[in-house]
Amino acid sequence: MAEELLRTEDLKVYYYTQDGIVRAVENVNFSIKKRETIGVVGESGSGKSTLGLAILKLVPPPGKIVNGKMFFQGIELTKLNEKEMQKIRGKKISMVFQDPTTSLNPLMKIGEHLTETILVHEKVTRDEACERALKLLEDVGILRERFNDYPHQFSGGMRQRVGIALALALKPDLVIADEPTSSLDVIVQFQILELMKSLKKLYDMSLILITHDISIVSEIADKIALMYAGHLVEIAEVAAFFEEPLHPYAEALLHSVPNIQLSDQKLEYIPGMPPDLINPPRGCRFHPRCSYVKEICREKEPPLIQAKPEHFVKCFNYVK
Amino acid sequence: MNVGAFMLLKVEKLKKYFPVQKSFLERLLSRKLEYVKAVDEISFEVEKGEVFTLAGESGCGKTTTGRLIVRLIEPTGGKIFFKGTDITFLKGEPLRKIRKNAQIIFQDPYASLNPRMKIGDSVGNPLEIYNLAFKEDKKRLVLEMLEKVGLEPADKFYYAYPHELSGGQRQRAAIARAMILNPDLVVADEPISMIDVSLRAKILELMIQLKEELNLTYIFITHDLAVAKYISNRVAIMYLGKIVETGLKEIIFSEALHPYTIALLSAIPVPNPKVKRKYMELKGEVPSPINPPSGCRFHPRCPYKNAKCSVEEPELVDVGKGHYVACHKLAH
Repeated sequence: MAEELLRTEDLKVYYYTQDGIVRAVENVNFSIKKRETIGVVGESGSGKSTLGLAILKLVPPPGKIVNGKMFFQGIELTKLNEKEMQKIRGKKISMVFQDPTTSLNPLMKIGEHLTETILVHEKVTRDEACERALKLLEDVGILRERFNDYPHQFSGGMRQRVGIALALALKPDLVIADEPTSSLDVIVQFQILELMKSLKKLYDMSLILITHDISIVSEIADKIALMYAGHLVEIAEVAAFFEEPLHPYAEALLHSVPNIQLSDQKLEYIPGMPPDLINPPRGCRFHPRCSYVKEICREKEPPLIQAKPEHFVKCFNYVK
Repeated sequence: MNVGAFMLLKVEKLKKYFPVQKSFLERLLSRKLEYVKAVDEISFEVEKGEVFTLAGESGCGKTTTGRLIVRLIEPTGGKIFFKGTDITFLKGEPLRKIRKNAQIIFQDPYASLNPRMKIGDSVGNPLEIYNLAFKEDKKRLVLEMLEKVGLEPADKFYYAYPHELSGGQRQRAAIARAMILNPDLVVADEPISMIDVSLRAKILELMIQLKEELNLTYIFITHDLAVAKYISNRVAIMYLGKIVETGLKEIIFSEALHPYTIALLSAIPVPNPKVKRKYMELKGEVPSPINPPSGCRFHPRCPYKNAKCSVEEPELVDVGKGHYVACHKLAH
């Protein structure tokens, strides 16, 4: 068994907006092991990005982690102050953002960007930092000659490679990638996913991939964590999940995604729409759209039940 | 293509070049005006009653083509025939009449509905513009249409403003507005790409159902080939302003011949971890459409290129069963 890297316990993140409290992440329990890739999947507003930001304690105001604990390599992140957190960010846990155009400084050459990042965090000479930056560029498939180019001189795919190089600059143990390929075309998406797979091995790290595209998870991840309306509703190994999803939402979602490999596919759809998280439904948040709904689903929030050794589901109906 | 089938739309060598804006300094230095060749001499036909899909990556010209067909932008060259009439350069009243029969649904339902107009007024506006129905008649027709697209209770949605609706509901309203004039042709430009995953299937289902009910023809524009496979009868794959391959969906998705189509199909992730795809890896990204590569535009990235590919532009060649491919490798 590989050792546990990160664990969350009853994590709750709320946004205190003028319209009310948005319960973006509620009672989320999950863990990731060393060298594991977990795909966090959900629709917009399911809380998947908030979860990613919460792990780095970067939830923007009016958001707040209101409850729960997070442990990373035995350290309780939830207890660390801002200064201590800064030693974790980038060095231990880093992030790849969706749109590298907004996460890179347009006035900084990309080589400088990488070198500065290393210099700020580590006691090395400028020459050593430069050398490491060049190596990073090489690892992500960018020519050394482009060290002195500015972000706008790169294409979307190449910019995302720079974003990945930045995330890897301090050799973190965990990288959180939030929709890293959503603004890219499918061929470039494929290239970036392949790159991330190989870098994960090369840098011996774990990866949390946040995406709305369940197909991507099936290609790259070991495990899938499915979110719905702020709840983590199912977590399982990818093969087991696609073979036999246990949560009614998971089942319905898989039937509603067009699959290029199938002919004459009959798409099914989920009635209703995702709830408003200021006034989420009582009990199970999926119950108004669920075709297996029972009385108890309307009253009580189901716990995350272990159905099989590595398969957890948040549903009463699973216990038949 | 069936002989004798009614050709609703015919596009011949359609071209759209957008001039690249020059700065004052560049004008002083009288630098040559450059063009983005968004759509460069494409030809295709659409039969009545079919779903014809234009698919490709961003910048391939699919959206520009859609807008040219409904004459939202002026073509640089080529011809568009709608129901046998040349509409390429129509103006004024004749164009207005054509537009009644050729409607468009846009990608972003947050931008395509006027935020200060009630849904009922937005959907009913076309009826007033074409002097077809007013007041009570208009309201009755709009309510019927809102029910058809699943915005129920219709009288509640009639008086709602766009901000009160979710993305999926707004797109339904936009669909209702496109359908209310009972058009022959609807251009649907990425109608589901901004909608939540769990609601997409429902919108696709609705579009198929409306097509049957109202005898529509769709030109469906998408970057998502899995969606294209689901909804289309025929598909055209575009690359840098050109159609590189077109044919029945059954052929394109199982017997594709153009190296770009094959690579594109092989890069699509599949929601099934057991399927091991055969990848065809392509190097690099789509080049700029300002100075597209000479000859075949795909040649710098093509693993099968030969000397001819960089010099001569391949034509779309009929390889049988209505399957057309633009590639030198295949044309003997």
